[in-house]
Amino acid sequence: MTYISKPKLHHPKLPVNALGYTRRDYEGAVSTLCAGCGHDSISAGIIQAFFDLSIEPHRVAKLSGIGCSSKTPSYFLGSSHGLNSVHGRMPSVLTGANLANRDLIYIGVSGDGDSASIGLGQFAHSLRRGVNMIYIVENNGVYGLTKGQFSATADTGTKSKRGVENKDGAIDLVALALQLGATFVARGFSGDKEQLIPLIKAAIEHQGAAFLDIISPCVAFNNHSGSTKSYDYIREHNEIVNRLDFMPGRETITTEYKAGSLREITQHDGSVLKLRKLANDFDAHDPTASMTYLHERAHQGEIVTGLLYIKSEPEELHQHLKTVDAALNSLGEKELCPGHTTLETINDTLR
Amino acid sequence: MKPIEAENDFVVRFANVNGSGSASANLLFAKSILRMGIPVSPRNIFPSNIQGLPTWYEVRVSEQGWLGRRGGIDLLVAMNPETWDQDLAEIEPGGYLFYDSTKPMPLAKFRDDIQVIGIPLTQICNMHYTDVRQRQLFKNIIYIGALAALLDIDFEVMQNLVSEQYKGKETLLESNIQAIQLGRDYALSEFDCPIGIRVSEGLSVGEKIFIEGNSAAALGAVYGGATVATWYPITPSSSLAEAFELHCKKYRHDPDTDAARYAILQAEDELAAIGMVIGAAWNGARAFTATSGPGISLMQEFIGFAYFAEIPAVIFDIQRGGPSTGMPTRTQQSDILLCAYASHGDTKHVLLFPQDPKEAFEMSAAAFDLADRLQTPVFVMMDLDIGMNQRLCDPLEWDDGRRYDRGKVMTREMLERGEEFARYLDVENDGIAYRTYPGTHPTEGAYFTRGTTKDSQAKYSEAGPDYVENMQRLLRKFDTAKELVPKPVRQWNDPPSKCGVIYYGSTSPAMIEAFEALKTGGLGIDGLRIRAFPFGDEVENFIRNHQHVFIVEQNRDAQMRSLLVNELGMDPAKFTSVLHYDGTPITARFIASEIAQKLVVTGESRSAAAT
Repeated sequence: MTYISKPKLHHPKLPVNALGYTRRDYEGAVSTLCAGCGHDSISAGIIQAFFDLSIEPHRVAKLSGIGCSSKTPSYFLGSSHGLNSVHGRMPSVLTGANLANRDLIYIGVSGDGDSASIGLGQFAHSLRRGVNMIYIVENNGVYGLTKGQFSATADTGTKSKRGVENKDGAIDLVALALQLGATFVARGFSGDKEQLIPLIKAAIEHQGAAFLDIISPCVAFNNHSGSTKSYDYIREHNEIVNRLDFMPGRETITTEYKAGSLREITQHDGSVLKLRKLANDFDAHDPTASMTYLHERAHQGEIVTGLLYIKSEPEELHQHLKTVDAALNSLGEKELCPGHTTLETINDTLR
Repeated sequence: MKPIEAENDFVVRFANVNGSGSASANLLFAKSILRMGIPVSPRNIFPSNIQGLPTWYEVRVSEQGWLGRRGGIDLLVAMNPETWDQDLAEIEPGGYLFYDSTKPMPLAKFRDDIQVIGIPLTQICNMHYTDVRQRQLFKNIIYIGALAALLDIDFEVMQNLVSEQYKGKETLLESNIQAIQLGRDYALSEFDCPIGIRVSEGLSVGEKIFIEGNSAAALGAVYGGATVATWYPITPSSSLAEAFELHCKKYRHDPDTDAARYAILQAEDELAAIGMVIGAAWNGARAFTATSGPGISLMQEFIGFAYFAEIPAVIFDIQRGGPSTGMPTRTQQSDILLCAYASHGDTKHVLLFPQDPKEAFEMSAAAFDLADRLQTPVFVMMDLDIGMNQRLCDPLEWDDGRRYDRGKVMTREMLERGEEFARYLDVENDGIAYRTYPGTHPTEGAYFTRGTTKDSQAKYSEAGPDYVENMQRLLRKFDTAKELVPKPVRQWNDPPSKCGVIYYGSTSPAMIEAFEALKTGGLGIDGLRIRAFPFGDEVENFIRNHQHVFIVEQNRDAQMRSLLVNELGMDPAKFTSVLHYDGTPITARFIASEIAQKLVVTGESRSAAAT
């Protein structure tokens, strides 16, 4: 990988958001992933989502593990701090970072090898703790950087580029996230930005553990016939449960959609999600029903995408720990050190 | 055999069954003597078990203030038939056996060179209590009462301690006092009290405090400004994290809102625990984890990441017996090399070696300053002996004028002023570059932290020269650390000796006593207590200035010796190791006899030991 700086020239007529930033202010370095990689579409989606929501880039912290997906935080939000940790351990580093400063927005980017294989434990525990974050898995069912080995999300029966058939069972991270108590669970497809960008925005605004599994075909090692994570296969087998329109709370809610086809979900921060229902009676408030639906469709060979579960009033880790409103990293001696006199009292109790 | 006569200088061992409620009774015994002004050093010798297995509590009483384990037993309180034979064998000739005589023991089970004190504890208990649990618990208190009479422990002092413990719980208070009286009265009526070993009031405790190392270290973390603590339960370190929580509940809640000025997470494993520490410290909070050897093994990858990405982290290693699960409840100093060179690739880490709870407190607070200043992991190398035993030590001190050293952090104001930020550029030639916390400035100071190689601007680079320059800077940083870490403590013999001894950590009290013993035997020897790695010039000079150097360690492989040979380029022939690693704390007797023997073996005559 090489580091390439983009020219800082801006076209004078680039649109600006509420903060006066252009979309370019949300970009990062030039991607060094393969041409056509689904991950680059996801990075573009992340850039668009943060731009649209007018979030100051430097108030976002980007964390990742190891793998192709984990390289992508370099390619978006260039003015944000980023941390590329060790394989499968992004969730713990993100959890710690979040404990230190609750005021930033945390986006964790991981892959299927990173989160479903080596890091399955950390994936699970970060969700069950309710860490306030956007946890994205860029899921291609394959190890890209080490050239094409199956990952734990590879479907049973799928074929590798060399023709080897996967006999192992597949881990469905969405089903796991539902079981583990993530308060926002969605699946997107890197090739469907119309669905993806609202999902990312909704995840950003969600004040709890938001998990977003994004099927992202690997053009180099998992885009052949026989693969169940190729562009063609996904397009043919995708069951879209809903399309999302996202309205941040700070904007006046206007809508051009027909009332009968919308379901509104007000999030904790006042932002409103509008689900355009494609599937009959799909209820994104019921994790049990979502789980059942997910399994039913999977049985039919379909991959369900859309917002599968959202809890409108999520609780997050800092609420559980009852921490002060101020970021812990902003506290100094005055707030933290009990001082000499207290120590004398402590000494007295130890005699 | 003449009975042992000893005032304020003896060892009592309580042999109990785990889970029988003996711990608080035994502590009452130790604290009573302490309150009489006589130093005690109790040690828990316990199994990896919650209920049913043998457990021992060994109390050394020493007016002279020797706090190391002595070895041998003068009085055995035999409450566990299962370990009877083994315990009896360790009683010194002329020593005393105290046992529950309710059921007669066969004559063959006794020794004829010891004094036997049989008290029908179970019988007394059953006469006075009907409740099964009470019968069990008060049996312990009754033997403490009997011991008070036998050893001439001030009954009022003991009563006061019980009053303090059960303040506000009058029923419990009364029944405990009653149990003490039962034991005391029986002993007074049946035996000549006091016996040959006894306690009398002294003035050797003074202002000293009695505290476990883990609790003191946790308090150091509170004072040192730690706000994030993440851990995974593992003996003997768990009580450090738990003590941190207790201290924080008292001293770290916002007086107005009661909100917590700290976050403690029990992680899913040690990998997550250190990952969280790194995330928090990267984001500008002071963070630590507490663990033991197996945990450090699991953390290796992340420790290398923190070293290379230059993120502060404080790691308490409460060492236990290894390898593998090893001896989880026994003490050792066997993680020295594991921590000094933790992780793959070329790495070196700062280690601190506290000798007692007082230093555990100080080095704990200092570790956060060092980690921030050096932007690297810092290990506080404790062990079970310091961590899980209450030890008499000087009172803890804190200067209110002290400020946290947060190291080189570029602030928003500095960036606004236009100061140049390059994350890995050595601007002051000390190997330490400036960092920024995430979220500091809209356009300046952001960078990407990674475990892969980078140039001074934090940009990914696999170029050889960039890599080498970075690795050289890390070495310069380690040199800077030499000046910042606690200096070793020297102990001069009078006259100065040609031979020296190097020791560290929990070996200290036994070593101090061994110096005296050696001196008395005409083998006075100089000493150097290492308090940190990297080693400063003082360590190197001490070795160079002595013909021969002993290194006393509580591990099999002489790990500190390896580190000294490796880091200082010393001739290995110059060193002789004194190694104790059976899981029990090292004793002065062991050290003194090993050194005396080896002085002879290595051809150092008594006259050669001194100049």
